[in-house]
Amino acid sequence: MSIVMSATTTDRWDEFMEGVWRQNPLFVMVLGLCPALAVTVSAINALSMGLATAFVLTCSALLVSLLRRMIPKEVRIATYIVIIATFVTVVDYLIQAISLALYDALGAFIQLIVVNCMILGRAEAHASKNPPGIAVINALGMSAGFAIGLFALGAVREILGAGTLFGISLFGSGFQPWVVMVLPPGGFFVLGMWLLVFAAWGRWRQRRQARQAEATRHA
Amino acid sequence: MAIEIRSAPHIKTPVSVETIMRHVVWSLLPICAFFVYQYGLSALASILVVTGSCLAAERLFAATGTQSGDIRDWSAVITGLLLALSLPPAFPLWMGAVAGFVAIALGKALFGGIGFNVFNPALVGRAFAQAAFPQAIASYSPSFLPGRFTEFVPTSLAWPLMQPADLMLWLKDKQLDALAAATPLAKWKFEGVLAGAEELVTSLSGHMAVGPSPALILVCGIYLAFRRFLDWRIPAAILGSAGLTAWLLFALSPDRFPNPFFMLFSGGLILGAVYMATDMATSPVTPKGMWLYGGLIGLLTVIIRYYSGLPEGVMYAILLANAATPLIEKVTQPTPFGKSALARLGQAKRGASYPLHPGYISREDAGAVTPKKRFLPNKPKHPPKE
Repeated sequence: MSIVMSATTTDRWDEFMEGVWRQNPLFVMVLGLCPALAVTVSAINALSMGLATAFVLTCSALLVSLLRRMIPKEVRIATYIVIIATFVTVVDYLIQAISLALYDALGAFIQLIVVNCMILGRAEAHASKNPPGIAVINALGMSAGFAIGLFALGAVREILGAGTLFGISLFGSGFQPWVVMVLPPGGFFVLGMWLLVFAAWGRWRQRRQARQAEATRHA
Repeated sequence: MAIEIRSAPHIKTPVSVETIMRHVVWSLLPICAFFVYQYGLSALASILVVTGSCLAAERLFAATGTQSGDIRDWSAVITGLLLALSLPPAFPLWMGAVAGFVAIALGKALFGGIGFNVFNPALVGRAFAQAAFPQAIASYSPSFLPGRFTEFVPTSLAWPLMQPADLMLWLKDKQLDALAAATPLAKWKFEGVLAGAEELVTSLSGHMAVGPSPALILVCGIYLAFRRFLDWRIPAAILGSAGLTAWLLFALSPDRFPNPFFMLFSGGLILGAVYMATDMATSPVTPKGMWLYGGLIGLLTVIIRYYSGLPEGVMYAILLANAATPLIEKVTQPTPFGKSALARLGQAKRGASYPLHPGYISREDAGAVTPKKRFLPNKPKHPPKE
């Protein structure tokens, strides 16, 4: 019994880490670039965008998964869109109620979560084929991966573009802001840089695994 | 003995990429020396730091990436020298280092190294610096200051990531007015003060905030053109087109527009025309294309200078023309020998077949992974039966 339990726990952990690392929506699948490039001017904006997307993604994954036998195949995309749009509306009003400043900073990109291809993609490719528990775990992993990605972008852009992180000054008053980093090109530069870092890391890991396999074969 | 079978040319001159690049560096040295003579210690430090940063970036990417080229081919030195010459002499050194790194990383390594870059690397670096540090790049220090060989301009020595010191305060200490720290183009654009063309040609009079003397750059360019290390058509087309456009506008309304000589000799037009636009990898190889390319740069430069918010437009003009280069090459294909131009018109348009790798960079030399090119696309698969 305990062996079965632990096996399912590792499976769940695996399902969760799938989105965080191996299938990271931003750095591996390169999905959801519209918010990733547009609202990551500061770390706080990036994190709130990540949280909003996480809420929508998880709730819609749960609902799609629960309704997966009832939704007719012919109208499934329209149904998913309705479900996602419902939660986007909820999040839209929520953010407006909690912090109007944040709502203004994120602008139209909250409503645009509805067309985030990552959410529709998860509903179509995963939630509609799996039971609710697994779908939610997967969606949580994807959300975490997306939020980490957005934060990585937002942190670098805020540090270089304003010399602050979460609004806390890091370098004192004489900091020279890199104007380009808070402009749209800065988003592309930083995203490209992170993709480069992750590609290099992936290659290094592959090489290390190959070396280890070689070593165990000779041992 | 191995018999090598390959297509023409069979006789080659011993001119390699490395030879060309070395000659360009030599021809740039007098210009750099003049720059140091104008601005002293700060200019020297700027040239050394920017070039060093370019070389370090080239070394890094050549060692870790898959692109062609190495620091031994001198091309990164050219990028560094040109970038340093196009930046203000008292540009903070750490920003210069950032610009140099970006020039090689985004301008060159990203595309696959020497010979594969789409844009002139030095200008990519400068465009990044312009976008990231617009204030620092707009503050030019005056030339021929007393004591320039013994002390730095304070803006040079800003701490990394920190703002440079206020140039205006320092100039006030030196008993110079704030107008001395504006380039002739900025003075004309924002203050309506016009500098004389004869002053601009030599860069020698007064405390003007200008780059190295255009006359010296032209002399060095003529040497390169005589050695066939650059094509004379490109600078000729740029200067001709810029001069013609400026002259036309000047003739239309002499009150609004400056005279064409001011346009030709101010700013970085001569340096850009001779050294930056003629970069072999980013300019067209067809003779007609060169005229078109140069004409486009000249026209765009004058238009940006007159009608945009920026005082200087050479950089963006050259970058735009670089982007248009593949298209220009496609529409200016020369007619092959033995084929009349009329017959060619009737033919269905084919894609550009001009070799992407000119003879001086064979694919083996370049050593980069490129998609295999299909030669002779119409070659019959099976030989005809007897």
